[in-house]
Amino acid sequence: MTESLWQTLWTGYVFPGGLILVHILMLTVPLLIAVAYLTLMERKVLAAMSLRMGPNVVGPFGLLQPFADAAKLIFKETIIPSGANKFLFIAAPCITFILALIAWAVIPVGEGLVIANINVGVLYLFAISSLGVYGIIIAGWSSNSRYAFLGALRSSAQMVSYEVSMGFVIISVLLCVGSLNLSAIVQAQKTVWFAIPLFPMFIVFFISALAETNRHPFDLPEAEAELVAGYQVEYSSMAFALFFLGEYANMILMSGMTTILFLGGWLPPFDIAPFNWIPGIVWFCLKIFVLLFVFIWVRATVPRYRYDQLMRLGWKVFLPFSLFWVVLTAGVLLAFDLLPKGV
Amino acid sequence: MIIQALAFYLFAAITVASGFMVIASRNPVHSVLFLILAFFNAAGLFVLMGAEFLGMILVIVYVGAVAVLFLFVVMMLDINFVELRQGFLQYLPIGGLIGFILLVELALVLGGWVITPAARSAGTDPIPALDQVTNTHALGAVIYTKYIYLFQGAGLILLVAMIGAIVLTLRSRPGVKRQSISEQVNRPRGDAVAVRKVEPRKGI
Repeated sequence: MTESLWQTLWTGYVFPGGLILVHILMLTVPLLIAVAYLTLMERKVLAAMSLRMGPNVVGPFGLLQPFADAAKLIFKETIIPSGANKFLFIAAPCITFILALIAWAVIPVGEGLVIANINVGVLYLFAISSLGVYGIIIAGWSSNSRYAFLGALRSSAQMVSYEVSMGFVIISVLLCVGSLNLSAIVQAQKTVWFAIPLFPMFIVFFISALAETNRHPFDLPEAEAELVAGYQVEYSSMAFALFFLGEYANMILMSGMTTILFLGGWLPPFDIAPFNWIPGIVWFCLKIFVLLFVFIWVRATVPRYRYDQLMRLGWKVFLPFSLFWVVLTAGVLLAFDLLPKGV
Repeated sequence: MIIQALAFYLFAAITVASGFMVIASRNPVHSVLFLILAFFNAAGLFVLMGAEFLGMILVIVYVGAVAVLFLFVVMMLDINFVELRQGFLQYLPIGGLIGFILLVELALVLGGWVITPAARSAGTDPIPALDQVTNTHALGAVIYTKYIYLFQGAGLILLVAMIGAIVLTLRSRPGVKRQSISEQVNRPRGDAVAVRKVEPRKGI
């Protein structure tokens, strides 16, 4: 009797729970290492673009630099400002970091390689990315500092604005797929990647992704020249590191989202011999790598936007354009009878 | 099943508790944050029911957009917390009365709900099982075919409300400098730059 109870416990809860835990670790550990090396890659690429050496002291070619930085940040003192709201002050970086990681639960990194293959995967991703603003706004408010608060206000206005056009871009992709499932979206790009027929939307999405992750040229929430790093100004040591890691994890996430929506996810560019020998996960990582390089390239090239121009671009350019393109996509699909024959 | 039940009680308890904290907490910013927590757990309840589309839309619309703007406004308010506390007891009877009336109405509606046989026979299409059709498809099929006029009507009402808000807040102030990008781009070089020959030790 007891044995059968143990058996049901094992097969019903312990074993599947352990399996999920193993899956999560298999995804998160490489992701965190990727985040660490993304910081190094950014410094190296920026250095190369401005004819400098970049970090090259710690380890061969500076490869151990991220770990040195992490060790430094861990051993620093966490300073909480006296006027700060202690609980929210500590919760804010945790929120940023957690949100950057839990979105990966639905990302298919290869054929069938996904932790939760849910029906509304795109909506889940969109929901999680729209929550990212809370980490920043709570940080800005709880720091009890004017610079931090101004940075948080800017950031929340910016993220809410660009989310709208991102929503329309996602809708135009969904019209072509007929499903909200991320694996189905990738499978629908077997013949042609959506970046080609929906090229303007691809550009709008990528620029909106830059704005969503508060990256250059839309890094007004940080704006070190005027706001002395904005919402993170009061943070030190590990809390700062969590913000930093969250930002870079969000960059990788947005690149992954762009890859899935427009660049065919794990699919090879051509389904012919030398290309389809390489496993899908390699293609997926390669595409993310290229997009991340573009993220850094943009940072090295484009100057920061002025705030009113940023808002103008979001509301007066991207929003009408993406709305127009949704109508156009729907019209073309309907006129040529190309609508996906779904369920 | 045990996990589902536990998750349900967890979500439900947090929803109710944070709903209470919305009205009980001293700081309005904390109230909004508790409201967000309540939304989030309500989304969790939707997902438990198998209504994943509604759950995600709840998070995107309410948590991701509405509550952000709400938080935005509340953070900028300059509120005297002591005064706010004094008003609380004054409004408690009215608030309690309204809450009680709503509770009675809910009980009446849910307790006395009978679907007439005529409506049932003429009724909608049978609800298919969850594994046959995703609830995104099901919702879309119902809203955009059966209730398309009501849907469009709701959209028109929202549009009118939006135009109303814009009309109420729009002021045309004289003397405001505005940026005209086309004008800037089309400006000829001669208007902006003048090349002068500067004599040494004289200046212009």
